[in-house]
Amino acid sequence: MISHYNFAYLDEQTKRMIRRAILKGVAVPGYQVPFASREMPMPYGWGTGGVQVSAACLTPGDTLKVIDQGADDTTNAVSIRKFFERTAGVAVTERTAEASIIQTRHRIPEVPLTEDQILVYQVPMPEPLRFLEPRESETRKMHALEEYGLMHVKLYEDIARHGEIATAYNYPVKVEDRYVMSPSPIPKFDNPKLESPALQLFGAGREQRIYALPPHTKAVSLDFEDYPFDPSRADHPCALCGATDSYLDEVITDDAGGRMFVCSDTDYCAGRRGEDAA
Amino acid sequence: MIEVENLSKSFTLHNQGSAVIKVLDGAAFRVGPGECVALTGESGAGKSTVMRILYGNYLAQGGRVSIGGVDLTRAAPREILALRRETLGYVSQFLRVVPRVPTLEVVAEPLLALGVEDDAAFVRARDLLTRLRIPETLWSLSPTTFSGGEQQRVNIARGFAHGYPALLLDEPTASLDATNRDTVLTLIEEAKAAGAAIVGIFHDAEARGRVADREVDVGRFTPVAA
Amino acid sequence: MTPLLEVRNLSKFYGARIGCADVSFNLYPGEVLGIVGESGSGKSTLLNCLAGHQPPDTGEVIFDTRVEGPRDTVRMSEPERRMLGRTDWAFVHQNPRDGLRMRISAGGNVGERLMAVGARHYGQIRDAAEDWLTRVEIDTGRMDDRPSAFSGGMQQRLQIARNLVTGPRLVFMDEPTGGLDVSVQARLLDLLRGLVRRMGLSAVIVTHDLAVVRLLADRLMVMKDGHVVETGLTDQVLDDPQHAYTQLLVSSVLQV
Repeated sequence: MISHYNFAYLDEQTKRMIRRAILKGVAVPGYQVPFASREMPMPYGWGTGGVQVSAACLTPGDTLKVIDQGADDTTNAVSIRKFFERTAGVAVTERTAEASIIQTRHRIPEVPLTEDQILVYQVPMPEPLRFLEPRESETRKMHALEEYGLMHVKLYEDIARHGEIATAYNYPVKVEDRYVMSPSPIPKFDNPKLESPALQLFGAGREQRIYALPPHTKAVSLDFEDYPFDPSRADHPCALCGATDSYLDEVITDDAGGRMFVCSDTDYCAGRRGEDAA
Repeated sequence: MIEVENLSKSFTLHNQGSAVIKVLDGAAFRVGPGECVALTGESGAGKSTVMRILYGNYLAQGGRVSIGGVDLTRAAPREILALRRETLGYVSQFLRVVPRVPTLEVVAEPLLALGVEDDAAFVRARDLLTRLRIPETLWSLSPTTFSGGEQQRVNIARGFAHGYPALLLDEPTASLDATNRDTVLTLIEEAKAAGAAIVGIFHDAEARGRVADREVDVGRFTPVAA
Repeated sequence: MTPLLEVRNLSKFYGARIGCADVSFNLYPGEVLGIVGESGSGKSTLLNCLAGHQPPDTGEVIFDTRVEGPRDTVRMSEPERRMLGRTDWAFVHQNPRDGLRMRISAGGNVGERLMAVGARHYGQIRDAAEDWLTRVEIDTGRMDDRPSAFSGGMQQRLQIARNLVTGPRLVFMDEPTGGLDVSVQARLLDLLRGLVRRMGLSAVIVTHDLAVVRLLADRLMVMKDGHVVETGLTDQVLDDPQHAYTQLLVSSVLQV
């Protein structure tokens, strides 16, 4: 049966349609391109948008890495990796540096990406203005006319309520001084890494949108003059590898309230520990 | 200053069989600066109607009403508004104000509308309220709850706040006691001395005798029944 | 003097039905124009066409812009018209829920227009919001509360603050006192009058409440079946109405 799947599951016409959307997204960085999202053999919320973008980008020579919250070993990451192993037969890896395509949910890898890599994001809600303006017709117009005051209203509310910009993930950025874009629910710690040599593609399956950050594209996190953007990081080193420059997850270790902070990027953590051992 | 020529006025009641009620025909008189003319005539002769036409409140059907060079029968609304702001004052029998506005502001309002500084406007308002014996304890309250006599005096203070070159007075001394009546008549004399042209209705013959230079019998302008 | 707003032969049809037909008038700086008429008379349609919320079928709405002088707003590009909508124009809705963001704090509601025109300093935005809440008599201690926790009168005052914070020159108001208690209405009217005079605002107020226009409007336009049947000085139209419909309207008001 497996031999009857087309390469990377989707038929060639669908992949062409998605590639056209990707190319348009690359041509207009930050702009949300509508595309005819297909039904995938997994539920919405499991990365159907990212999977379709990955499928359209994969070639037989690619090496694929899939992470979920930074980890290669969670159900979602393992499932998608297996999905492409079976439908595309491509090589897979957990090593960031070895991958040519990385599909991610909620993180950007700690190891700096290169021009030879594509990072594909799974996006639940591509519209950064949606929280404040429910009408699609209106948000489209706001993007078209660059009416982004509302975005700052959200940040204003944060400061008024919490004394600081409390938005900690999915922190909006302005792309090349034009479109305001949702970076998907990555922690704001990752926002500085959005300006990258790698091609970054964003796929929202349920919302049927694709957008992109071409290599070396400017992506500025929104802020106020008197409340500048602060990527912030927990003030602990990683309990496993001792890294002080990575994004940490809090892990509960027992029923007595014991906990530890460890790198959310499992490959980064493992790599550092391997080096230490060596 | 005030010139009325061949003025006619009728009301057409469209919802009562289009009845036409003629009120004035061929009214004419003039009032010069520093002069006070009293309108006389029986009740219903049209004294108040003439006053209202002079203020632009009623539309005339024919003739000409010129005040300070502006023909009220032809002027655009904003010209009439400018005239009322700068040139033409009107003390009606009833005080009509926005609820909740303090008395002091009600009186200062005509000056504030002219762009007079707050301080100067309120000094003038305080002076007038004092002269008209409105207790200072009431100044910060809205006049809507005042007695009839107090409302009338607030109305007069407001009407005299700005030294209008033309002034219309509709029963300014009605419902006032002798002391306040005297104050109002003194205010009218001061306005005349300052060069104001005044048209007034005074039922009080004594008051009329004191301030009016001439009388115009409005009964003369009542249309002859066809 | 150049009119701030010059309306020429404005018409709007809904299929064969008339929204408003052949409306023309001038509005000068500092003037308040009242538009009265019963429900369905076309006054709200007219207001929406003037404010650019609906495209008229024919006619011109010429606004004296700050930079380029008189421009026909019907024919200007949508971005330009929307820019006017958040700078020189303001629109006060009858229902504050239509004009406020109910999930955003009072301060955020007032600050939005400032941020929309590029304000990026939190402290300054907050100072301006505080100043405006004071001006519309809302306790600044309520600044971080959502308008859903406010009374109807407070919501309406907040809507006004939110609209006036960018110093517009022309305010459109659709039944601004509708749905409020009489005592609350009085306070709002007083506030509006003060603001109009101090800021030198021009305003177009649509209402069916003749008491409101008597207190606020310099001039009046009476509409019936989409047509303007009478115009003039407010007190003249109310005290000496000429048209049959105006006479009916004025005589129908209950005297208190």
